[in-house]
Amino acid sequence: MIRSWSDRNIEETVGEILRAGVIVSALVVFVGGFLYLIGSTWAHPDYRIFRGEPADLKTLGGILRGVRQLRARAVIQLGLLLLIATPVLRVVVSIVGFAAERDRMYVFFTAIVLSILLYSLLGSGSAF
Amino acid sequence: MNVVELTALLLLGSFTAGLLGSLTGLGGGVVLVPLLTLFFKVDIRYAIGASLVSVIATSSGAAAAYVKEGFSNIRIGMFLEIATTMGALCGAFLSTVVPTKGLAIIFGIVLLYSAYLSRKPRTPEQRDVPPNRLATKLKMNGSFPSEQGGSRHYNVQNVPAGFSVMFGAGAISGLLGIGSGAVKVLAMDHAMKLPFKVSTTTSNFMIGVTAAASAGIYLNRGYIDPGLAMPVVLGVLSGSLLGARILMKAETKVLRLLFSLVIVALGAQMIYEGISGNIG
Repeated sequence: MIRSWSDRNIEETVGEILRAGVIVSALVVFVGGFLYLIGSTWAHPDYRIFRGEPADLKTLGGILRGVRQLRARAVIQLGLLLLIATPVLRVVVSIVGFAAERDRMYVFFTAIVLSILLYSLLGSGSAF
Repeated sequence: MNVVELTALLLLGSFTAGLLGSLTGLGGGVVLVPLLTLFFKVDIRYAIGASLVSVIATSSGAAAAYVKEGFSNIRIGMFLEIATTMGALCGAFLSTVVPTKGLAIIFGIVLLYSAYLSRKPRTPEQRDVPPNRLATKLKMNGSFPSEQGGSRHYNVQNVPAGFSVMFGAGAISGLLGIGSGAVKVLAMDHAMKLPFKVSTTTSNFMIGVTAAASAGIYLNRGYIDPGLAMPVVLGVLSGSLLGARILMKAETKVLRLLFSLVIVALGAQMIYEGISGNIG
């Protein structure tokens, strides 16, 4: 099968999304990291003992609240969330692309992948 | 050690891991967790969380370039992602119940196995295999730009075997917070008979989505610490981007050998520490 133009279009859009997603999230993490370093320079974080993150760094609502208060760790966590969202967005765009090609089979396959991703993000422990 | 010193060291370590991982093609993720647990004494759950998000960053960064060049096959990737994401969910759930000692030992075994895989020469690719009914039905056969210019067509084989191995690859990724790219490439090379360029780049394309499937669970369980993940993600990402840049000019044979020796040493150490109970 020679791949149609339409497949190339999906590929190029997907490439753009991945690139933009990584750049934007890295920038947010960087800004958050800068705030974190100037805000808690003399702290002594201890990662030897696992305590788990506080609730406001585990849920979207909590993270956004923290970002509005310019809390450094929340800003970093927002960047990481954007990073996690990048491949998810890629899957959404692929569904749209396959739908435009009227490829029902691949719309179906992609929808399965998307529902697994959404289950992980939304259903498994109420991150949002 | 205060925050600034610790962050600087983490940044340096992760940068080196990313650089070596991308230069040798073995991925930075495999050495990141041992680096964090053995040298920085980080709890393995925080280490796995930080490693997983950095895997998303590097694979998305690299996939952006490959996809645009037309090497990766998005249909194969999409279909197999059903298997890898289901596997990743199972792996992430498992990682919350497996004791940390067990995680360390499993990690060590995976490290030893990936070092073995990296030394084993790739089985020569089979060209001109006949079309397979299921693969044709799934519209997986494709073509890619060949070295001689123009495009080369290929047929895909044995989809069920590829699908099953991908489930396993996803489970390892979700359990240990690594990309498990080597296993993915193996499935596509051996079972599905994809050309090397296509299997390598399609594997990379799938790693990000696979990792995202377990990242949600990791986040909910509090495995992702911003203070730790920040230098790790930025370090690995910049290291691997630099690695990809100088890869064209560098002779990587010796480097690959050295890096796989490092992986063997880290794997043995992880197993030892897991058994002796220093981790966990």
